[in-house]
Amino acid sequence: MIETLGLTKYFDSFLAVDHINLHVPAGEILVLLGPNGAGKTTTVRMLTSILRPSEGTARIAGFDVVTDAPKVRAMVGVLTEHHGLYGRMNAEEYLIFYGELYGLTKKESISRFEPLMGQFGMAEYTKKRLGEYSKGMRQKLALIRAMINNPSVLLLDEPTSAMDPESAIMVRNAIRELRSNERTIILCTHNLSEAEELADQIAIIQHGKIILNDYLNNIKRSLLGNPIYEVTFANRPKDWKTPIIDGVKIINQNEKSIQFEIKDPQKANPILIQSLASDLPILSFFEIQKKLEDAYLEAINHNGDWGKLE
Amino acid sequence: MNKDLVPVFIIVKREVKDQFRDWRIVFPVIGLTVFFPFLMNFTASQMLAFVERYGASIIGERLVPFLLMIVGFFPITVSLVIALDSFVGEKERGSIEPLLNTPLKDWQLYVGKLLSSTVPPLVGSFLGMSVYCFGLILSKVPLPEISLVLQIISLTVVQAIVMVSGGVVVSSQATSVKAANLLSSFIIIPMALLIQGESVVMFWGNFDTLWWVVFGLAILALLLIRVGLAHFNREELLGREIDVLNFRWGWKTFSQAFTGSSHTISEWYKNEVLQTIKKLRFSIVITIVLVLIGIWIGTSLIKPFNFPFSTQNIGEMESQIRETFTVFSAGGISSVFTIFWRNIRVLLLSFILGIFSFGILGTLPLIASVGVVGYLMSLLQINGIGTSVYLFGFILPHGIFEIPAAIIATAAVLYGGAVLTTPNSKLTIGEVSLQALADWCKLMVGVVIPLLLLAAVVEAWITPKIAMSLLFS
Repeated sequence: MIETLGLTKYFDSFLAVDHINLHVPAGEILVLLGPNGAGKTTTVRMLTSILRPSEGTARIAGFDVVTDAPKVRAMVGVLTEHHGLYGRMNAEEYLIFYGELYGLTKKESISRFEPLMGQFGMAEYTKKRLGEYSKGMRQKLALIRAMINNPSVLLLDEPTSAMDPESAIMVRNAIRELRSNERTIILCTHNLSEAEELADQIAIIQHGKIILNDYLNNIKRSLLGNPIYEVTFANRPKDWKTPIIDGVKIINQNEKSIQFEIKDPQKANPILIQSLASDLPILSFFEIQKKLEDAYLEAINHNGDWGKLE
Repeated sequence: MNKDLVPVFIIVKREVKDQFRDWRIVFPVIGLTVFFPFLMNFTASQMLAFVERYGASIIGERLVPFLLMIVGFFPITVSLVIALDSFVGEKERGSIEPLLNTPLKDWQLYVGKLLSSTVPPLVGSFLGMSVYCFGLILSKVPLPEISLVLQIISLTVVQAIVMVSGGVVVSSQATSVKAANLLSSFIIIPMALLIQGESVVMFWGNFDTLWWVVFGLAILALLLIRVGLAHFNREELLGREIDVLNFRWGWKTFSQAFTGSSHTISEWYKNEVLQTIKKLRFSIVITIVLVLIGIWIGTSLIKPFNFPFSTQNIGEMESQIRETFTVFSAGGISSVFTIFWRNIRVLLLSFILGIFSFGILGTLPLIASVGVVGYLMSLLQINGIGTSVYLFGFILPHGIFEIPAAIIATAAVLYGGAVLTTPNSKLTIGEVSLQALADWCKLMVGVVIPLLLLAAVVEAWITPKIAMSLLFS
């Protein structure tokens, strides 16, 4: 659905985006991570046909962002960094205005935004002047604006940054719902737990270059090693011997627990659990969660020396 | 309605609605629409009574339409404020990017902004004029003639369009509202001068001249709209952030365009000067046509301005010419530089006029010069002195250098205006302007100045001798 090939942008001699290759199929969310000024907004602006790529191509649902710009804009919903609402309008007028720009009638716009306003807990504020909205409400309204034309592609820049936890959960649920409806989403964020929660793919961009792009689990594994499992037990028999299983390595142990690094959990775990259960009074067996934050810092610190991880 | 125009009206509808919700726009418009015309009515009736006491009723008669023009003009000044805010204001408030993300085409957004900045102040202006005329009827002051009212309405409309189209160009190119406001003096000052000129014309009573003003302003408005559309660029609109003048970049762009990739003077002539002349061929043809038109206008002026020479006149002319040649003796280097500087001054004037009119007024000095030549040819011919004597004796010896030089320099000015109004997605308006300036400088340095120096030498040292021998032999 979104495909870029060698997408590059120069501002005079400054290289803002450097030969980016992305592939996001329908029904997936790609989270674009990176420090401030890494090139995330420039990439999004190229994908919305506002900035013209200096080199390379980008296609949205088969339409080229340069040659088919109006078609691309018609099928993309964008939540921009600055929400840019018109303070003297109310939400209804504002959303009808944007609906009309996307070719919707007033009735169609209303039938589109009313459920969204309800979903985001804003139904009672439809007639309120936007200048009186709180920051979080503005962000939600900007998100509704991005969804007014029922776009097949959504580009969302920090969608929950100004929201209270409850609103952020609402928005994240809405994003998940969109994914399940086969929408393609690119989400730029600095919130790594949000990224971890929503992402199918992660792309880390630094100095305009994608230093890492893969599915979330692959990234964690590649950067932070094989998954680690911990088994806890009531007590360890004195004559108990560690089972030797191919691809399973003990990395830490004490009287009450053992941590294993397992290369292929799907294959090794059933054998390991069976072996442990026969000798030990097991209390629990679980995977120690690795954080995206660690993977992100690892990637940024190594500046993508290893290239794309397989 | 045309499908393509629908988004334009969606923009206009929203913006106009928004403007009427802004008390900073509504209050001045109401003031200028309702209260100001009453003040003008009072002024008109008082002035009429005053001047009639001294029998100068003509001043009163001229004052009534003049005040109508002022009543119409004041509300449209608000349009400039709205136009200046149109793009850069939205950029500063962060609302331009969502708009740019919609399927709107560039021209739809641009025309939408243009119309929404023009319509409300114009409505205010028409209302103000109506209130003023109603007041005149109530005070039993005769209304101006209908043709004059039409002229004033047309002037008001084109003035509003010129101000708005200029304001929108500034707004779409400026980096901030502050920068746009500072640049607005380039619109306000010429408009103020224009209003002064129009006032003089109105008191003078030469109302036909006002149609020419309407025509000229309409052309200027069209050119400004064309320039705005040609250089409207979503990327530039979002990308420009810095207000500081970048002299280094400016000089680099200019010098690159001036020298190109040439390393030697011969390379420069071959690759740059000749190529630029080639680029100018269409402008050169237009300039030659304008030269011919100028000569024709000059020759046709002989009818209203015919001065028959008497024998005494011719005798006096001979002695005066001989005296002139004695004072400015042929052979002196100072006369060469005087002539050279006079010609350069004319071409500089053409350049300056061209800057403010997209090249159009830059053709006036050349047209005026050849117009004088045409007039003198006719005058001499009518008085029995052959055209060929004047042409071969006074004009052509140095004219074979001077006329091509003037045509090339004028064509470069015309070309500069043309490229500014031509869409160019690859270059910014600044780059286009600098390249046009470089082209003009290239031709001045490479062709025009050497030709004018040569022409000045011939005009100072050779032409007088040929002229004297042909005229008085």
